Amino acid sequence: MKTYDVAIIGAGVTGTSIARELARYKLDIALFEKEEELAFGVSKSNSGIIHPGIQNSPDSLKGRLCVQGNFLIRDLSKELNIDFKEVGELIVAFNEEEIRELLRLKKEAEVLGVPRLKIVDKTWLRQNEPNLNAEAVAALYAPTAGIISPYRLVYGLAENAVRNGVEIFTETKIENIIYSKPNFEILASKGLFRSRHVINSAGLFADEISKMLGIDYFKIRPRKGEEFILDKKKESLIHHLILPLPSKTSKGVIIIKTADGNPMIGPTAEDIEDKEDLSTSDSGFNKVLSSARRLIPSINDKDIIAYFAGLRPVAGDDFIINHENKAPGFINVAGIQSPGLTASPAIALLVANILKDNGLEIKKKFIFHAHRKGTIHLFQSPLLKIEKIIKKDPSYGDIVCRCEMVSAKEIKDAVKKGAKTMDGVKFRTRAQAGRCHGSFCATRIMKILAEERKILVTSVTKRGKGSEIVKEDRFCFQE
Amino acid sequence: MVKRDLVIVGGGPAGMAAAVSAHENGVKDILLIERDRYLGGILNQCIHTGFGINYFKEILTGPEYADRFIKKVRDMLDIEVSFNSIVVKLASDKTVTFLKPGRLETVKAKAIIMATGCREKTREMVHIQGSRPAGIFSAGLAQKLINIEGLLPGKEVVVVGSGDIGLIMARRFVMEGARVKAIIEIQKESRGLLRNMVQCVEDFDIPVYFNHKISRIFGKSRVEKVSVIRVDDSFNEIPGSLFEIQCDTILMSVGLISENELIDMAGIRIEENKTSVPGIFVCGNSFKIYDIVDTVTKDSFLVGKLAANYITNQ
Ligand SMILES: Cc1cc2nc3c(=O)[nH]c(=O)nc-3n(C[C@H](O)[C@H](O)[C@H](O)COP(=O)(O)OP(=O)(O)OC[C@H]3O[C@@H](n4cnc5c(N)ncnc54)[C@H](O)[C@@H]3O)c2cc1C
Repeated sequence: MKTYDVAIIGAGVTGTSIARELARYKLDIALFEKEEELAFGVSKSNSGIIHPGIQNSPDSLKGRLCVQGNFLIRDLSKELNIDFKEVGELIVAFNEEEIRELLRLKKEAEVLGVPRLKIVDKTWLRQNEPNLNAEAVAALYAPTAGIISPYRLVYGLAENAVRNGVEIFTETKIENIIYSKPNFEILASKGLFRSRHVINSAGLFADEISKMLGIDYFKIRPRKGEEFILDKKKESLIHHLILPLPSKTSKGVIIIKTADGNPMIGPTAEDIEDKEDLSTSDSGFNKVLSSARRLIPSINDKDIIAYFAGLRPVAGDDFIINHENKAPGFINVAGIQSPGLTASPAIALLVANILKDNGLEIKKKFIFHAHRKGTIHLFQSPLLKIEKIIKKDPSYGDIVCRCEMVSAKEIKDAVKKGAKTMDGVKFRTRAQAGRCHGSFCATRIMKILAEERKILVTSVTKRGKGSEIVKEDRFCFQE
Repeated sequence: MVKRDLVIVGGGPAGMAAAVSAHENGVKDILLIERDRYLGGILNQCIHTGFGINYFKEILTGPEYADRFIKKVRDMLDIEVSFNSIVVKLASDKTVTFLKPGRLETVKAKAIIMATGCREKTREMVHIQGSRPAGIFSAGLAQKLINIEGLLPGKEVVVVGSGDIGLIMARRFVMEGARVKAIIEIQKESRGLLRNMVQCVEDFDIPVYFNHKISRIFGKSRVEKVSVIRVDDSFNEIPGSLFEIQCDTILMSVGLISENELIDMAGIRIEENKTSVPGIFVCGNSFKIYDIVDTVTKDSFLVGKLAANYITNQ
C-alpha cells in the first residue's frame, strides 16, 4: 500500500486550499471527500464575501487570517483565473451613537491591519448608493472588501491541485483513523489508506474526525444562515456590500453583491442541532426581508427568486488550527466559521508552516504550475467576445440554459472537469440558477450528464445518491 | 448588418400567428427566430385535447393545433425561420442580436414582434420554505419529462395550485400509474377551467383541498413529505389545522408570468400590444397570460396586422 505524506479530509475551501498550497512541494497528497462532488459542504452555501477583516477582535486568529487571506486572494484568483471583484463594503450608521460605534470598529480594525478605512458622510452615500435608506447618516467604508464565487474558487483550487499531482477521492467517507506510529491508517468507505500526516478539514464533521483519534476538546455546533437571492434584474441595486452594525453573534443581514450578478440578502444566524438541516423558514424569510429593507427600502419580496441555508461550523469564538501532540502528524483545522472563505489562503499557509515546524521535510517541486487556464463562461463575457468564442467553437452557440445563457459546450466541459450531478453542473456553470430554476433546461442537462458519464438518465441525481431526479424510464422496462 | 422588414422573436403559437398575419397583410420579408429545433413552443408537450375549440371549432391536441400553423408558416415561403437561435439582446434602435451554433448575428428590422411566451412561477416565488431536495418540479417540466422524454418524475405526488396545467398533469400522473395524493389550492376555488376540474379531477377522484397551502417541504435527498395548513379567505393560517402528506414528488402549478426580460433590459415599456418604441410590438403570453391558445392566436393575428400597417406606413 502506498504511504501518502499528507492526507487531507474534506474538500471544501479549507481542504482544497491546503491541498493546492502543499502541491508546491515534493509530497504525495491525497484529498478525501465524502460527498459526490467537491464543495458540497459548507463551502457551497455562503455569502461569497472576501471580508476586509473588520469586526474581528484584534487578538483573534480568525481576524489575523482574514486580513492576510483578503490580501492573498488577489494573486491567487489571478493565478487560478477566477473572478474576484474588489467592490468595497459600507457599514451603515443611523444615528450619532452608531457613528461612535463605527469609529470604535475602525480603530479596532486598524490595529488588526485592515487598510484604507474611512468614514463617509451622508452626501457621499447619496451619491454612491442612491438606493440606500435616506435616514443613514454615515458609514464605515472598507474598500478592500470583495466578492468571489465560493464554489468556482473550490473547483479552481482543486483543478490546479490535481494538475500539480494531488489525488482527489470523492464519495470517499473517512470512517476511522488509527495512529500506528509513525503512520496513520485511514479507513475509508472506499478502502484503506495510509499517510504520514493527516489534516482534518472536515467542516461540520471535524469534531467526529478528531474524536477518532481520541482528541475531543472541541465540539462543532452548526449555526444556520438563511440567504435569499434576488433577480439579476436588480444587479445595480447596490454598488458596494452594505452591512448594518453587527450584533454579538453575526454581522447582521447584509445586502450582498455576488459574483454571479444577482444581489443577495442574508444571512440569519441561528444555532441548531442537526448538521444536515439546510431548510429555510418563514421566520428567517421575514427577518431577512425586514432587516434588508431597513438598509435598502425598495427591496420587494417579489424580487426573490431563490434561497438556501448554510451551516457555519462553530467551535467557540475562533478557528481551531492545531497540531495535536497526542497524535503527532495530525492537524485539526476546525471551527472554520465565517470568515473561513476569506481566510482560506492564509489558513493553507499556516498549515504548511505547522507541518514544517513538526518535522515534515518539504522541498519545492522543480516545476509548479501556478496558473490555471480559465473556464469560459458566456454569461461573464461581453457580446463581442462571445462572437469570437463562437466563431472558434460553434458549440458555444448551442444554448441550453436560456435564463443564464449557458451553452451545451460549457456543460460538457463542466462534466469533463468533474461535475456529476445537476447541482454540480449548476454551481460550475450557472445552468438552472436563473429565474425558471431549470424548468426549461433540466431535461437537456440530464441528457448531457447521462450521455457524457455513460449512465442511465434515471441515475442522474440532484446532489448524489438518493436524490435521483426521476423515478422511472417509461420507454425501457427494467423491472 | 442584415436588414429585415419584420423580425419575430418566438416560434410558438403567438409568433407563428403573428408571422402568418403579417404575411397575409402584405409583409414579404419576415425572419422568425426560434430557440428550439422546432416550431410550436410549449404546445408540443401538451398532448391532451381541448385546443382549438374557439378558433377552429374543433377539438385538437396541442401538437395538432401547432401543426396547422406550422404548415401555414412553411407554405409562406417569404417567412424564414431560424432555429436553435436564442435572442440575447433587443435594442430600442430596433436591432435584435441572437446566438446560434457557430454565429452571433445582429439584424435591424423595420418592426419587431416579441412573442417569447411565459414561464411558470417557482416554489420560491410563492415563498414555500423547508428543505430543497430532488422531487420538486414545475408542472411544465413534469409534462415535458413524461410526454416528451418518457420519464416518470415520481410516484406519490402532491400538486400545488389548481391551475389548468396542474390539473391536467394530475390526471397525467394518474394515467401513468402514479398516485396523486392531493391538489392543494390556497384560493377557495379552482383557478382552472371548469372542464378541467371535471375531466381531470372529479373523473379521477383526486382529492382537492381548497383554502389550504403548503407550509413546509421536508426531505433531505428526495422529497419525503409536505405539511399543509388551512387558511381563511384572506390567506391567514388557521391554528391547529396543520397536517402532513407523505409524498416523493411536488408539482408546482402556481401561475405563469410573462417572459419579457429582453424588453425590460432594453429599457422599453410595454403599452398594450405596443411598446414605448414605435414599431416594437408584444403578443401572446409574453404580453399577458391568456387562458387558452385560441385567444393567443387571436391576439397575435391582430398584432401581426398592426406591425404590417406600421411597416407599410413607414
Ligand atoms: C450562511 C453562511 C455565510 C457565510 N459567508 C461567508 C462569507 O461571506 N465570507 C467568508 O469568508 N466566509 C463565509 N462563511 C464561512 C465559510 O463558508 C466557511 O468558513 C467555509 O466554507 C468552510 O469551509 P471548509 O472547507 O472548512 O468546510 P466545508 O466546505 O464544509 O468542507 C468540509 C468537507 O469535509 C467533508 N467531510 C466531512 N466529513 C468527512 C468524512 N468523514 N470523510 C470525508 N469527507 C468528509 C464534507 O463533506 C465537506 O465537503 C459563511 C458561512 C455560512 C454558513
